[in-house]
Amino acid sequence: MHKRKLNFSEAINEGIDQAMGKDKSVIVMGLGVDDPKRIFGTTRNLIEKYGKNRVFDLPTSENAFTGFAIGASLGNIKPILVHQRVEFALLTMDQIINQAAKWFYMNDGLMNVPIVIRLIVGRGWGQGPQHSQNLSSLFAHIPGLKVVSPSSPNDAKGLMIASILDKNPIIFFENRWLHTTYGDVPKDFFRETIGKSKIISRGTDITLVADSYMTIEIINAKKILKDFNINPEIIDLRTLRPIDEKTIIKSVNKTGKLLAVDSGWVKFGISAEILSIVNENINKNIISKRIGIKDTPIPSTRSLANHSYPNAVTIASEVLKLFDIKPKNMFNKYSKFVPGDIPNENFRGPF
Amino acid sequence: MKVKKKILLELYFDMLRMRSVETRIAQEYSKQEMRCPVHLSVGQEAIACGISKNLQKKDKVFSAHRSHYHYLAKGGNLNSMIAELFGKESGCAGGKGGSMHLIDLKAGLFAAVPIVGSTIPIGVGLAWANKINNKKDLVVIYFGEGSTEEGVFYESINFAGIHDLNILFVCENNLYSVYSGLGNRQAKKRNLVSISKSMGISATKLNGNNIETVFIESNKIINNIKTTNKPHLLELSTYRHLEHCGPFNDDKLNYREQKEINYWLKKCPLKNFEKLLLNKKIINDQTINKYIKKIDNELNQAFNKARSDKFPNKNKLFTNVYA
Ligand SMILES: Cc1ncc(C[n+]2csc(CCOP(=O)(O)OP(=O)(O)O)c2C)c(N)n1
Ligand SMILES: [Mg+2]
Repeated sequence: MHKRKLNFSEAINEGIDQAMGKDKSVIVMGLGVDDPKRIFGTTRNLIEKYGKNRVFDLPTSENAFTGFAIGASLGNIKPILVHQRVEFALLTMDQIINQAAKWFYMNDGLMNVPIVIRLIVGRGWGQGPQHSQNLSSLFAHIPGLKVVSPSSPNDAKGLMIASILDKNPIIFFENRWLHTTYGDVPKDFFRETIGKSKIISRGTDITLVADSYMTIEIINAKKILKDFNINPEIIDLRTLRPIDEKTIIKSVNKTGKLLAVDSGWVKFGISAEILSIVNENINKNIISKRIGIKDTPIPSTRSLANHSYPNAVTIASEVLKLFDIKPKNMFNKYSKFVPGDIPNENFRGPF
Repeated sequence: MKVKKKILLELYFDMLRMRSVETRIAQEYSKQEMRCPVHLSVGQEAIACGISKNLQKKDKVFSAHRSHYHYLAKGGNLNSMIAELFGKESGCAGGKGGSMHLIDLKAGLFAAVPIVGSTIPIGVGLAWANKINNKKDLVVIYFGEGSTEEGVFYESINFAGIHDLNILFVCENNLYSVYSGLGNRQAKKRNLVSISKSMGISATKLNGNNIETVFIESNKIINNIKTTNKPHLLELSTYRHLEHCGPFNDDKLNYREQKEINYWLKKCPLKNFEKLLLNKKIINDQTINKYIKKIDNELNQAFNKARSDKFPNKNKLFTNVYA
């Protein structure tokens, strides 16, 4: 397949665009999908190509329009719903959890609900307690939903297409900091498998697992750990529900050690699930640990928010602890791996 | 009702002060010290200034994402607000909230949050508590017209109507929600005043860019709420001059028609009131300069202080998660 560099938002855009080109029943709806900013570029050109009947802006009525999407899906439409922040979808939890997630089960397989709900996670520039929560574990808790959370442009496109083609309600997480990251993406219409993780790089000493933006941090942590002769295996989950138990179990069986890096809060979270999978499925002694966002709301001021998130250095330090290594000056030595409150140097705020 | 000269001067000063605060924030924003989203209210001065003049300290105000004027006009501390934008410990929310979470309990600015519509039922709840506690204080809930598309808005006015609560609902209708005009959001014939009335809430629509109108009419309305203990909804037409979020003007993006922009710039609440007062010789250039100087001093102090104040210490991340 012919590949070229695209950024994450271009990849999502291309995935949606190709799916809309192939299937007239696919529509895109959400606040701002047709506005000048086009949801950080992800809905660029769609209204021009597919018209106002298939790409439309909505009133600020999240709960109701989630119901509209469910209802439309019962009428052979395949809606892609977009929220510029995951927090806005909290107004729609009845429709998502009580209705969409259970519809097929409640009618014992008579009617399915093929909708994609894109939830964008904010971070940085002081967005504060109500605009930068992760919350993916909230959705991953619910049987009947699938929760997708890619980290690379390739997977953003492949999983977006897979989500649109899927017969079930899909929650599609996008971290705002990924939108401007680049990677190779095939030109063709292709899909990645929902429910399959990806081993980004092989290693022997410890398994590092993450999803979404945190995958970038564990990849960087591996670079740091090289200086200490530790070679971790890096797993990008890509899907949170159904979670790829097999790959995790196989890897941890090999390495004997696990650090699960959570994109959200640790308690009752994705990392808790990963440790449980390992605990329930591996009989030998495994040294395991999890880290994630500090157990508080995320404040606005950067002087505090910067401490909320794990980063390559805190991750590497946590790994070193598991190896009984206590290095000094990690932050000074590896400062280039510590992000501040902006995704890249060109960013001038606000989001 | 004829407004006293003293009040006219105060209203003018307040509007000039509001405008100057936002303008200063916009000018300084590119220095990258105020690192939080800011929703500036330039063009919407008359509403908060006119209404607040009729409020008492003990009356409580709720706001949303565009809250700077609601906060300041109610007497919110300027230093604490600027420090909050700088993310400093001396900020009104200790730096934890930023521009979208202003609060000043002493001044009666009870809460501002950026989830559209969220403070409407919370304000109703406070008014309900006031009723239970036999307090006559008024609760003012400010929101944009976008909020009136959320179900919770209707649920809230319904409840306020059932229980006869002392609430002034203030809808600032600036015609836009981010880049979206009303076309995709509200039916052409939709009328918020009729909707409210048919739900049992008395309601009025006013020119929100005329400070005298806002002041005089809200005075009557507020007195009426306080004597009858019945809620009222006030819809005020207005226009924001700058971009939805951030320090700039983004009209080059063409989401608003130039004709419309020109029309509303001509209706600038501050410029027109200034002209009126100049014509009536209530103020002259000297008065204006004197005011500007006073405000500039206040702003210089606030910004210098915010700049030199400390960031919260790392351990503050963990404080106040639970009461
Ligand atoms: C529930 C929810 N949906 C969407 C948003 C995104 N958003 C932030 S401000 C805003 C505009 C709301 O418009 P309006 O209420 O008219 O206020 P204005 O910005 O015009 O002052 C929107 C849609 C949000 N903050 N909360
Ligand atoms: Mg508006």
